[in-house]
Amino acid sequence: MGLGIAFWALAVISVGAALTVVFLRDVFRAALALVLCFLTVAGIFITLSADFLAAAQVLIYVGAISILIIMTIMLTRGVRQGSPSGKLRVPALFTALLFFAAAAFAVLNTPWQIAGAPPQEPTTAALAGRLFGEGGFILAVEIAAVLLLAIILGAIVLVREK
Amino acid sequence: MVLNPGLGMEYHWQALPPDWPGNFWWHWLAFSVIILAFVLGLVMGFIWLERRGIGRFQIRLGPNRTGPFGLLQPIADAVKVLLKENIVPAAADKIVHWLAPLVAFVPTLMIFAVVPFQDGALLADLNVGVLYIVAISSISTVGIFMAGWSSSNKYSLLAAMRDVATVVSYEIPVVLSLAGVVLLAGSLSLNQIVMAQDIPFILLQPLAFLLFFIAASAEINRTPFDLLEADSELVAGFHIEYSGMKFALFYLTEYAEALAVSAIIATLFLGGWRGPVLPPWLWFVGKVVAVFSVMFWIRSTLPRVRIDQLMALAWKFLLPLALINLVVTAVQVLAWPEASLWAMVPVNVAIMAALVVTWSRLLKLGGGRVEV
Repeated sequence: MGLGIAFWALAVISVGAALTVVFLRDVFRAALALVLCFLTVAGIFITLSADFLAAAQVLIYVGAISILIIMTIMLTRGVRQGSPSGKLRVPALFTALLFFAAAAFAVLNTPWQIAGAPPQEPTTAALAGRLFGEGGFILAVEIAAVLLLAIILGAIVLVREK
Repeated sequence: MVLNPGLGMEYHWQALPPDWPGNFWWHWLAFSVIILAFVLGLVMGFIWLERRGIGRFQIRLGPNRTGPFGLLQPIADAVKVLLKENIVPAAADKIVHWLAPLVAFVPTLMIFAVVPFQDGALLADLNVGVLYIVAISSISTVGIFMAGWSSSNKYSLLAAMRDVATVVSYEIPVVLSLAGVVLLAGSLSLNQIVMAQDIPFILLQPLAFLLFFIAASAEINRTPFDLLEADSELVAGFHIEYSGMKFALFYLTEYAEALAVSAIIATLFLGGWRGPVLPPWLWFVGKVVAVFSVMFWIRSTLPRVRIDQLMALAWKFLLPLALINLVVTAVQVLAWPEASLWAMVPVNVAIMAALVVTWSRLLKLGGGRVEV
């Protein structure tokens, strides 16, 4: 009951915030709406008993990514007007509709499985076991780390003068 | 300060049940009131303490007219600021301007939900407590950002840009130095971390304590790092266009953040509510006030750093030392025999001293030259 109310409230706010991001002309306000959207997604993680994921979501998306987005916006001109729509309006609409149809089709036609087991408590140890333990995803984690390192090095090489 | 479990004096105080006075809602209500009273009361105390203390450091008296020893000065200031006119600039982004103080203050208040005042006495004993603190405190930055942007003032915008640079850089040493504590305690819950401190972690993790203290002070813009509101360069920084109650909220946020950092340091490094004889909450408050006193001692001693020095300190000093500390701690957790934990103290203090001395020899902070 309480969980249902929380889920629907968060879902409505989240979708509303996402729509605001798309429709607002003022890019700065749009970025703030994106922050709200990230926060409500963290709230939905909490209703799913995924407390570690919720904290990580806030830390990474609200604390880091959105701040980088806002910083980029501060270096942009004409923030309040946004970018006026150009010649590509119709193709963009077509692509968006196509993508929406594909996503809706995929979501509606997937047989979603609902676990009967109660959620694990605490989740941190279980997550760590899956990621770093035996038979876990340690290789993927390491590859992601190497990939990120390569990206950082690449960025340094690109922006360095001479 | 040293807690000796062999004395058996500190376990007189019973742990509170998780839904202490009754059910879930009473617990929620009681602790919301306690947290609000704790934050507002101690913030007022801190403002008085800092102004009087800094007065002493600067060989003057400080506020001493309102009430005995000037104790009522913060209340007089609060009343004055609440009655002031609220001015919003004509070119401001009104909604964002209005929301910014709230977005800055509320997350700061939320940090206290996971800080234990005594055994089990906390709003929510999250088992991701430390991560929750790091995550929730990063939201405050968005509020400062909103204030800086929506004021339509170049000084507040500059302050906001400086804030991003600081927060993005100093977040990393903060998290890495906390990771050392979490490794030792084997839990992310703050209450569990306090329980694990038979030896306060300031002794087992002296380097992490030092790094966390520096990085956290920088992140909340305490004075050696207060570029964000450098009076002589940016007038008053991000809150230059704020007046009345909204300014009061920013002022409150600033001190609530200092209080939060003091409380976190007291909990993670100084043994939190643990201590002999006195009631646990009194130990906790005493440790918080002690940490804050060190903070304003530093404020009255050190001059403000330049922006390039700020960045260099984060990336060339704090980050490598935090990484080394993490590796050393991980090895010690795996290999150190459980019985001789006290022997780890001199070893870690020696490691810290050697690292800090050699690294500060190696580090060059631009030497007065700024190359952009």
